[in-house]
Amino acid sequence: MTEQLGAEAPLATDTIQPGTGSLPRTRRRTLALVGVAALAAIVVVYPLVITNATATNFGVVTLIFVAVASAWNLFSGYSGYLSLGHAVFYGTGAYFLCVAAKDWNLSGSAVFWLVPLGGLAAAVIAVPLGLVALRVRRHTFVVITIAFFFIAQLSASNLGVTGGSSGILAPAPGSWDPATYNNPFYYLALIIAAATVALAWQVRRSRFGLQLRAIRDDEDRAAGLGVRAMPVKLAALVVSAFITGMAGALWVFFIGEAFPQFVFDPLFDLAVVLMAFFGGLGTVAGPVLGALILEPTQLWLNLQQSNSYESEILFGALFLAVILFLPRGVVPTASEYAAKLRARWRRSREDAS
Amino acid sequence: MGTEIARAIAAGILGGGVYALMAAGLTLIFGVLDIINVAQGILVVLGGYLSYVLSVHLHIDLLVGLLVTVPAMFVIGVAIYWLFIRPLRGAERTSMTLLACFAVALIIEGVLYRAFGSNYVSLSAWYTTSSVHIFGFYLSDIYLIGFGLAVVAIAALYLILYRTTFGRAVRATMQNQAAARLIGIDVNRVAAVTFGIGTAVTAVGGMVFGASSGGFNPNSGYDLISRLLAIIILAGMGSIGGALVAAVFMTTAEALVDIWQPNWSVAVFYLALVIILTVRPSGLFGRRAVRAQ
Repeated sequence: MTEQLGAEAPLATDTIQPGTGSLPRTRRRTLALVGVAALAAIVVVYPLVITNATATNFGVVTLIFVAVASAWNLFSGYSGYLSLGHAVFYGTGAYFLCVAAKDWNLSGSAVFWLVPLGGLAAAVIAVPLGLVALRVRRHTFVVITIAFFFIAQLSASNLGVTGGSSGILAPAPGSWDPATYNNPFYYLALIIAAATVALAWQVRRSRFGLQLRAIRDDEDRAAGLGVRAMPVKLAALVVSAFITGMAGALWVFFIGEAFPQFVFDPLFDLAVVLMAFFGGLGTVAGPVLGALILEPTQLWLNLQQSNSYESEILFGALFLAVILFLPRGVVPTASEYAAKLRARWRRSREDAS
Repeated sequence: MGTEIARAIAAGILGGGVYALMAAGLTLIFGVLDIINVAQGILVVLGGYLSYVLSVHLHIDLLVGLLVTVPAMFVIGVAIYWLFIRPLRGAERTSMTLLACFAVALIIEGVLYRAFGSNYVSLSAWYTTSSVHIFGFYLSDIYLIGFGLAVVAIAALYLILYRTTFGRAVRATMQNQAAARLIGIDVNRVAAVTFGIGTAVTAVGGMVFGASSGGFNPNSGYDLISRLLAIIILAGMGSIGGALVAAVFMTTAEALVDIWQPNWSVAVFYLALVIILTVRPSGLFGRRAVRAQ
């Protein structure tokens, strides 16, 4: 039965080809460029125009999640290997930054150089994890990633270097102006997020991306056609882990403290997956949109409610609603709807003439 | 030292019975529906809280209370299947169902926090405090009762699967859903009832877990599900017999490590998992074990 219900069938998101609408391809591309440029302009000037600390705080965390959701999608969305263990990489980056800054006596702006190193640490961790986990597929892979998550959480609570369950302090920030305190974090998060999205876009168009999607659609057939599945999957996982680790390192420097249960949080994994699903699994814009909508919403809900369980219930209900009513995500559903509208419009015009 | 080891082995084997029962439910659901019910952990906790409410507020004995909680959990299982799992179709069904179960688990966890708070509760009856003296050490009665209950429930599961027409339909669906449909099996009904049975065992599991462990709160579901997932993967997904062996093996190993390294004893589960999967990716007993019986 496993075989009959298999997830190896192609994802419907790929059936919408760019340029199939009635608009000429160049005009669509111009429109998309204008849209991206407008979005870029907004996010660049955002902390300069809105100086409210809560608002820029939201901005930093949201951009971090844009990067993480895109990085998750780069591996899981493209390859079909659903990871529920990305918190391992996030937490590795976070703990690396705290421990390294303590050992090397770093503080202030110098700590930012540790962010890419945190990513590197996560990438190194990803190699053995990938070599074990990527031997199995589908359900078993998901469960293995969950197991890795619990191992990481357990290690963080029991190892001496992480400070155990009492946590570890992030390095002291510089004596920056309180009014613009969030800005260095914001712009670094923006650089990471923008680079990740650009990378996801490039990968999707590249030979590497095609190989990943071939693996998602039918791994055995892809292997038969000459795709060396293991190196391809592993490379995607390592790249994804690198970005997630950088995001985790930046995040912990921003919030200032690392506890095992917050750094390795099962809700983190679920939130990232929800963002990608909400926007559209395997698309470039989907995870970005998902993170831009869901993360501020969740931060705002957390501010409104003193009880974490209420946001937990809401979060679960939202997740169920997305899965049941919008299973392919906003971006594919919306573009399909737009294509349908355009087709109807064209038909009515042809009928009239 | 010798007594300590003997005690750990006895406690491991007896405690393994309950995990075997919970894992059997999980692996049964997987075998028939191709779904990993990651909500199983929180459902066990829910079963525990149902027993708690019955015993504290209505003063019903824990064992008698099972007559209420088992059917209740069955109904909850069928409802979860019918509302959230059955509508999911299409290519991405595998990951969708897993995420749907995760979302259900979150909602249940939130509701339990709301209803009971985060304080640890434990179930008590006269047999949770009394103990028997065997082989030179004391064993709490609840361990023996829990093991007995697990054996009875697993035996019942086997009787249903291998001695009834419904069980035949379940096994047919496990082997080949399309063929089962062709010979007139109502696959949807089989799936719903299987999900119900797989969930109903959590009522027993929750009662024994709540009475024999140091207590539980809504957060205990994560610990439970991670152990259960490790067990069913180690066993080979879909293998009920394998789940029994793997559960007893894991809990015994954990109890032994616990003597020296209490903080790291849970890691035994994951370590065994990683080692097995690097050597034998299909698990100890593969998927064939179910069909072979």
